[in-house]
Amino acid sequence: MTADAVAWILLLAVAAYACGGGVDYGAGFWDLFAGGAERGERPRRLIDHAMAPVWETNNVWLVFVLILMWTGFPVLFEAVFSAMWLPLALAAVGLVLRGAGFALRKPTRRLARRRIYGAAFAVCSLLTPFFLGAAAGGVASGRAAPGVTASAEVWANATSVVAGLLAIAATAFLGAVFLTADARRFGERDLVIYFRLRAWCSLVAVGVLALIGLSVTRKHTTYVYHGLTHGFGLLLVLLSIAAAAATALLIGTHAPGWARYTSVASVALVIAAWGIAQRPYLVPTSLTVQQAAGATKPLQWLMLVTAIALVLVGPALVLLYRLDTHGMLEAQTDADVERGAAQGQR
Amino acid sequence: MMGRWGDVFGLGFGIEAWAFFLEAVFIAVYLYGWRRLKPWTHFWLGVPLPLAALMGAFGIIGANAWMNTPQGFTLDAAGRPVNVSVQQAVFTPMFGPQYWHFVVAMYLTAGYVVAGIYAVGWLRGRRDRYHKLGFCVPFTIAAVLTPLQFFLGDDIARQIFHKQPVKFAAAEIVWDTGTHVPEYLFGRLQPDGTVKGGLKISDLNSILAGFSRDTQVTGLTSVPAADRPTTAEATLAHWTFDIMAMIGSALILLALWYGWCWLRRRDLPRSRWFFRCAALAGAASVVTVECGWITTEVGRQPWIVYRNMRVSDAVTPTSAAALWTMFGIVVVVYVLVFGAFMGVVLRMSRRWQRADLGLVRPAADGPETDTPYGPRPELPAARAADAPSPQGPDASAPGSMR
Repeated sequence: MTADAVAWILLLAVAAYACGGGVDYGAGFWDLFAGGAERGERPRRLIDHAMAPVWETNNVWLVFVLILMWTGFPVLFEAVFSAMWLPLALAAVGLVLRGAGFALRKPTRRLARRRIYGAAFAVCSLLTPFFLGAAAGGVASGRAAPGVTASAEVWANATSVVAGLLAIAATAFLGAVFLTADARRFGERDLVIYFRLRAWCSLVAVGVLALIGLSVTRKHTTYVYHGLTHGFGLLLVLLSIAAAAATALLIGTHAPGWARYTSVASVALVIAAWGIAQRPYLVPTSLTVQQAAGATKPLQWLMLVTAIALVLVGPALVLLYRLDTHGMLEAQTDADVERGAAQGQR
Repeated sequence: MMGRWGDVFGLGFGIEAWAFFLEAVFIAVYLYGWRRLKPWTHFWLGVPLPLAALMGAFGIIGANAWMNTPQGFTLDAAGRPVNVSVQQAVFTPMFGPQYWHFVVAMYLTAGYVVAGIYAVGWLRGRRDRYHKLGFCVPFTIAAVLTPLQFFLGDDIARQIFHKQPVKFAAAEIVWDTGTHVPEYLFGRLQPDGTVKGGLKISDLNSILAGFSRDTQVTGLTSVPAADRPTTAEATLAHWTFDIMAMIGSALILLALWYGWCWLRRRDLPRSRWFFRCAALAGAASVVTVECGWITTEVGRQPWIVYRNMRVSDAVTPTSAAALWTMFGIVVVVYVLVFGAFMGVVLRMSRRWQRADLGLVRPAADGPETDTPYGPRPELPAARAADAPSPQGPDASAPGSMR
């Protein structure tokens, strides 16, 4: 019972990371494909501007996911991290490099160096979600079962590759939707059109990849496939498609801000559908929630910790996003400080 | 390791996760809020940061202290932990001493590192109010914490003596259990139990551990060779322990020097040597922190969970070559990132130096050249304040405080 509840919380945290982190990776994706220094200057500036205050927070969900895994389901953690340590380690390296690249690009002036840091940031924004998606594919296809030793087959199979690509496409979609809204917020008309087009394209890519994925991986993921095409799982998938369609419509209107909610809903609903389709397994047909669950008392405490986290972190997150969307958060620059000093002197 | 023990001691990390969240949120508000938020709103939104840091340390140190003195579970017939008690697993015997020692070490290190940067500026002739504040505020905090840390360090050593006697034996290279144990400063432990080199002080170890020459100190040979650190590991733990204690003592002298001048003249010491030492203190305290971690981690060998799980049992079947490769990649990545970071910071500093010298800030030489956290003002008045006369106008206060 407690284990089930914690499993739901884990699923929620995964969904939150897919959305929060996804927007962030997506911004990196569009940074990579923004073109040369001249052509890509304005989109990059928007990406930088929109991402800077919130990117760190968006990635903390991953920490929460890890903690829920090892405290709540130690067996799952051991299985997943033993079988797929390589993609997960590479994802971690990617996380470090992209953070460093993003942070170091800002104060660098010479174009060549900016390119290096920008490339580190943008390339890792693709690799990290790919490896995380591949790991998710390894779980969904039941390959990361307890006791399986690490091998490329666990995470470099058809399911994993499709899941990785799907992860990249989904982050690109989320990123483009949020950047459209940001462009609108900053009053950059042409960038609204620029990112809107990209949002539509990536949505199409997500759809195509999902269809290919379902057909290619069908025989490896029978359990999850069945769950996704029947009953409650199917319902969530349909709702997700509806949300994605609503996003495509909303993003074309004068209030693309609303599209952010529907795009997040569509991604979160897919994750939820995946969770529902796997029930009662954490790793399909070899490890159930009950088998993987840790001791009862820590699980109960974990729920308490989550409740306190909601109370403490929830308002803080709301505050951050509100300040951000109200334009209260902006980096200081050389020019700013000089102006400030000049005023102080008068 | 996590598969077997995750549910016993993983919860501390849960607390760390909120702390991490709160930190990420409030640091973003702090860094990006200078421009638009009202000054007091901005200040109050920064207040939760130190609290979140204390909370984060709680989780991390809770987990590490549990590895040193594990409790809060019983083992069933198959050797798996059952009857988990979360309270006991979080508040383990080593938790208190480790937590305070660590938290104070962090604030102290931060203080010396920041002050060290301004000390370098001071040595280069920047004597304005901004540099004075930049030096005095962090250095005062660190100087006050240093003697406190001396007592906390002494306390944690004695707690280790009582609760992890073998680690204490390693850190002090005590071979045989006995009384009237001498203290060695450095020296190398040989496989036969003798000590080569180093300075030997009779009876001091017993006195430090229990305030009397007759205090019995447990030696490494009290446990089988397979259950204790090797002589090389013991020597390493001993050296890092001694380096930590030495630097700590040196920092106390530095803090006393500062306090003495402040009491007598209400001003900073005049000697350039003071500022040279202060500039070094930052790097020295980082070394000290690393030494402390090496002592506690190497001194626990061969255990990852003291007396419950060996490092060799926690290792996954992953091949050694793969692990070394991955480790190599991680080291290379961090060296590159750190190098790039230092390069960027140094270039920023050079750029601002040029600006301070009155050379006009180079005009925009490409897209997006405006950098964050710009230079302090390069205005005529500020340059006047750079001259030795300390009563320059406040123009050199950070621009953000307008």
